Amino acid sequence: MKNIYEYYAKWIREGKLKVNSDWNKDLKVKFTVQDPCQIVRKSYGDPIAEDLRYVVKAVVGEENFIDMTPNRSNNFCCGGGGGFLQSGYKEQRLEYGRLKDEQIQVTGADYCIAGCHNCHAQIHELSEHYGGGYGVVHLWTLICLSLGILGPNEREYLHDDLKEVNVFHPESAM
Amino acid sequence: MAEQPIKLGAERKTTFLEKVKELLPEGGNLNLCLTCGACSSGCPATGLENMDPRKFLRMAALGMDEEIRKSEWVWMCSMCQRCIYVCPMQINIPQLVYNARALWPREERPKGILGSCDMALRNDSCSAMGTSPEDFEFVVQDVLDEYREAQPEFADMEAPIDKQGAEFFLNQNSREPVTEPDEMVPLWKILHLAGADWTYGSKGWGGENYCMFLADDDAWKHLTTTTVKQADDLGCPIYLNTE
Repeated sequence: MKNIYEYYAKWIREGKLKVNSDWNKDLKVKFTVQDPCQIVRKSYGDPIAEDLRYVVKAVVGEENFIDMTPNRSNNFCCGGGGGFLQSGYKEQRLEYGRLKDEQIQVTGADYCIAGCHNCHAQIHELSEHYGGGYGVVHLWTLICLSLGILGPNEREYLHDDLKEVNVFHPESAM
Repeated sequence: MAEQPIKLGAERKTTFLEKVKELLPEGGNLNLCLTCGACSSGCPATGLENMDPRKFLRMAALGMDEEIRKSEWVWMCSMCQRCIYVCPMQINIPQLVYNARALWPREERPKGILGSCDMALRNDSCSAMGTSPEDFEFVVQDVLDEYREAQPEFADMEAPIDKQGAEFFLNQNSREPVTEPDEMVPLWKILHLAGADWTYGSKGWGGENYCMFLADDDAWKHLTTTTVKQADDLGCPIYLNTE
């Protein structure tokens, strides 16, 4: 049983994924990252949080990454886990997520990277509910963006600032 | 405090806390609380329903089983385990919460979680959206064909299902194949460029397990067993979680 973050990092280190952050050199779009409780604190601990950061920094540029505080194994749950998203207690779930939203807003990041679907959905809702306006993206989207292979139809969660950046086969837009 | 004092029953009976202790290694350290409150001070669920992790544990320690049984807070704790992480005694409060969820009659547990669990039990996909293996195979092949043509650099890209002996068995959150299929493609491209030998399974491809959140032990074991067995039957040495 392994997690794919470990392999993203391994494949980048081995040169199989030739990512680079040149696309963001002038844009300077800022990113933070959510450590999914299930993957970090509950399964693989800080080493996989380091792999996650290694990948993020490689694809967005170290100077464009801002960590939340606290982070890694000590990170706060966003409130999307444990079935909370489906439990019907929406008001309480948003109140639970207030701490996470504040953490993200303090970083000033334009996007929060969420490699977990529960986190992704919850943080997306937090951004809208509390008005932070930050985007929420999957890690695979940014890896492909940095590889120059992200097509026009694979940008569901990118905002306008990145819809037109480094587009692979723009003619295939639907 | 003007509230009525809590009265403890004089009659000695096996409490909920004692039952949970029997289930856990080291009894989940449930008797070791120093009441320091580190758990509660860093818990985002503190204050919801006038509850917090320390209070919940104290209630259990005092044998307030009826109050535990009625508390809706158990559905607001995400069992994220930060309380264990910061606890000097490593007390397993999330397991206490999990087992308190299981005290609810199944049909009275939150409808959304219940529905997603039941969907996953409908067929071999184990998808919380109830998608059948046939529908999953169709979507994957359809999207793959489309991208092979539109992006010729990836004409050789694969998205195999039930490939015998692949190195990695991947699961897949249902959200992509069901509601946003294009979002499956970036991951496939990464795997393709990395030269990974991988496969999905027609059985147990669904990456989510709402039956676990429902605290339905038999059901979540069924889902987990189905996906692991598929990986084993295909001879895949590595089960790769994609989230």
